[in-house]
Amino acid sequence: MSTPTRTEQNLGADIAGGVGESPLRPDGTLKVTGEFAYSSDLWLTGMLWGATLRSPHPSARIRSIDITEAVRTDGVYAVLTHDDVPGDNLYGLEHADQPVLAGDVIRYQGEAVAIVAADHPETARRAVNKIVVDYEVHEPLTDPEQAVFDSTAPALHEGGNVLRHLPIRRGDPDATADVVVHGEYEVGMQDQAFLGPESGLAVPADDGGIDLYIATQWLHVDQKQLCRVLGMPANKVRLSLAGVGGAFGAREDLSMQAHACLLALQTGRPVKMMYSREESFFGHVHRHPAKMRYEHGATRDGKLVYVKAQIILDGGAYASSTPAVVANAATLGVGPYKVRNVSVDCYGVYTNNPPCGAMRGFGAVQAAFGYESQMDKLADALDMDPVEVRTRNALHEGATMPTGQVVDSAAPVEELLERVKAMPLPPEPNASDLDGYDLRLLPGGVSNTTHGEGVRRGVGYAIGIKNVCFSEGFDDYSTARVTLKVNGGDAVATVYTAAAEVGQGLVTVQQQIARTELGVEQVVIQPADTGVGSGGSTSASRQTYVTGGAVKAACEQVRARVLRQAAKHLDLPASQLRLHAGKIVSADEAVVAAVVDVLGGETITETVTWRHRPTHPLDENGQGNAHVQYAFAAHRAIVDVDVELGLVRVVQLDCAQDVGKAMNPDAVVGQIHGGSAQGLGLAVMEEIQVSGGMVRNPSFTDYLIPTILDMPPMQVDVLELADPNAPYGLRGVGEPPTISSTPAIVAAIRHATGADLTRVPVQPHHITGTP
Amino acid sequence: MKCTVNGQPQEIDDVWEGESLLYALRERMGLPGSKNACEQGECGSCTVYLDGTPVCACLVAAGQAADRDVVTVEGLAEDDELHPVQQAFLDAGAVQCGFCTPGLLVATHDLLEREPQPSDPEIREALAGNLCRCTGYEKILDAVRQAAATSAQSKAGPS
Ligand code: FES
Ligand code: FES
Repeated sequence: MSTPTRTEQNLGADIAGGVGESPLRPDGTLKVTGEFAYSSDLWLTGMLWGATLRSPHPSARIRSIDITEAVRTDGVYAVLTHDDVPGDNLYGLEHADQPVLAGDVIRYQGEAVAIVAADHPETARRAVNKIVVDYEVHEPLTDPEQAVFDSTAPALHEGGNVLRHLPIRRGDPDATADVVVHGEYEVGMQDQAFLGPESGLAVPADDGGIDLYIATQWLHVDQKQLCRVLGMPANKVRLSLAGVGGAFGAREDLSMQAHACLLALQTGRPVKMMYSREESFFGHVHRHPAKMRYEHGATRDGKLVYVKAQIILDGGAYASSTPAVVANAATLGVGPYKVRNVSVDCYGVYTNNPPCGAMRGFGAVQAAFGYESQMDKLADALDMDPVEVRTRNALHEGATMPTGQVVDSAAPVEELLERVKAMPLPPEPNASDLDGYDLRLLPGGVSNTTHGEGVRRGVGYAIGIKNVCFSEGFDDYSTARVTLKVNGGDAVATVYTAAAEVGQGLVTVQQQIARTELGVEQVVIQPADTGVGSGGSTSASRQTYVTGGAVKAACEQVRARVLRQAAKHLDLPASQLRLHAGKIVSADEAVVAAVVDVLGGETITETVTWRHRPTHPLDENGQGNAHVQYAFAAHRAIVDVDVELGLVRVVQLDCAQDVGKAMNPDAVVGQIHGGSAQGLGLAVMEEIQVSGGMVRNPSFTDYLIPTILDMPPMQVDVLELADPNAPYGLRGVGEPPTISSTPAIVAAIRHATGADLTRVPVQPHHITGTP
Repeated sequence: MKCTVNGQPQEIDDVWEGESLLYALRERMGLPGSKNACEQGECGSCTVYLDGTPVCACLVAAGQAADRDVVTVEGLAEDDELHPVQQAFLDAGAVQCGFCTPGLLVATHDLLEREPQPSDPEIREALAGNLCRCTGYEKILDAVRQAAATSAQSKAGPS
């Protein structure tokens, strides 16, 4: 080709729907027509239904299991116990310590003992009830403090009851201060309460392997555990992501995966398992309940001198992700504040309570209730404004964390607090005109419990910090395969990863990245499965960062190949070409070729495994660069409290969050709304009530999550201070809004009532002081 | 058992007495759009119309629907065109995981039939029986407001 001529001056607009815009979700239409296939919607001719027998006791030894009557039931195809597990009868995310089917020891109420496959779900359930298990019932160990400190407590696992103790020591352990505040705080057990129940379909394959269609947060970690349980290599255990009805951490561990595979392999038929809501409460881990003791010392002008803390997290019967939860609670235990002298001891312990693991903001949520309650207490002791005491100690870029890690990108703690403080307040209720007041706007609502008498308004603030991505030296990566080819006359990109879309909108962001990087409008997201390398977990606010980073890197490689190819055709140096909206553009901004012509009949494919910068383990004093990125959000809550009845209505909940780069502004705001709502739930209503190791409220009748009546209007302010280490400068978004929402609401209730609230969820009797 | 679902006659045999309308729709009639988040009448994800009245399909025995008219989320769109309520949920970003969406669409459809221009407190009251764990409801409110505005516009006709 000769010297290129200016064939076209107009480069055309950027491709719509790229990074920074808010295009519609690609799965949205299917979701509003009811056609989107969730894991609970899967169906195959001839499939069987699985059901699970669970222990009614939190602590017991199994003497015998008699399956005779169950096996004899018409329509039953298989009844399996621990003897039928071909591989290791143990699984777990980090420590494999949980039996697939209990054979000997029962460590929590709801532990799986036997499984049944039958031709109708009700037949399967009835057969389960015919299995006779002879239990030797033991006294459960349910007090986490006893589990750690009482040497006479029974050891629930080899190696004792302390799953992890992480000390953080920095500065002078004997530092003293003018003003000292102490506090003891408790966080109850919260449930993720995703709406789509645990479910999936296991299909035995001709090669003797298994295909599992499953709603999960991490296909490859499921696969790894299943290989071990089934005694099969990875190429025989293939997982595909089915539609996921929310996750929030509850799908990080296995639930019915191994059970469905075992039944399918045994019967040679497809087996579907689907938990009821009640079973779901026993089928997944919950948020760790916490007991925390804090001591804050400060100067008279409100500067923190030291923080001492002891945090005990009840991990329940099995490890799950407790070690990581301990790491977060410990390393983030003083919050987003500069403190020179820190001594934190965080323990994750085994008890006979329900197993606890990942839930949005894990570890950071519990600690934030402790340290933010303390900051308010300190403000009181100093007679200082609660925002002022926070901003005086605010972390900032360049400051050092209690782990010795220097914060090396934006940490706008002060700015976020000031932004929420500056937002307009809702109108004050008019005390002289309570008759005209809409009941629906009062605590108690249409229950007509007050016409305004006894109602006090309060305002509270809180800010939280969260690490983004996996920490402490974990090899955290994602894999993306990007293909570009011409289809129907247009360039079409295909993005293939194993990363789980759970509702947050990862599929949309993947499309946006490909549009921006490749300048093509049509981007197909291939269904996620284990046919491509791991995408890592959809947790720790990491997918847009890590899988987004992988998609970006794969697109860059595809783009470089297109440009090299164009350079060859055009006889121009590739370094002088760039790609814009489906065209190849030269250094002097001339359109020199169309991408479709360069591609011709060729398909360009690149697969990239992408890692964020490395992190490092913590030493024996909890020192080290353990985290890859920090993220921050602040809340202001306004509440009305009926101080006579202890009823609370959150009137308004406002949030400011730094997201580095709003990849999809609408989705970012959606995460902030949803995360804040879960924090509101923990503040005032959500708790799995456990007594004697027994769950008392495993239903949506008794475990309450916020409804549209509970959730107030929100004002949201999104900051975009780029992190130079992250793709596009982005910061993880999903978890921070859950962290500060809870303490802000509790602070507002304290402000309204003067009550010393030390436990969440806050219950009416905490406010009224009645027993 | 015979009934009409989304305008089509349906017939299922051997209805077992414990079978809910939700189970019949999802597992027997191939209409899994209505969801099953609690099967206890607490979440609204299974909301369908039964003779024009929204009900929790998990609380209705399949037999009770005999000779009656059922409309599910699958029946809201007409001629491949999304219903304005569906479009508004999509446009407003009111759909994340989407598990609550089918029930909310039917409940919103019903609300706007009864009250084409609902106030925010009216919207909240009408949707109080539909749980959503993902969105914090703000964008659901936006979607309902948008759907109300769209139908007001289309009623006003082209200006
Ligand atoms: S499934 Fe019917 S109300 Fe929840
Ligand atoms: S969008 Fe997930 S429950 Fe509403």
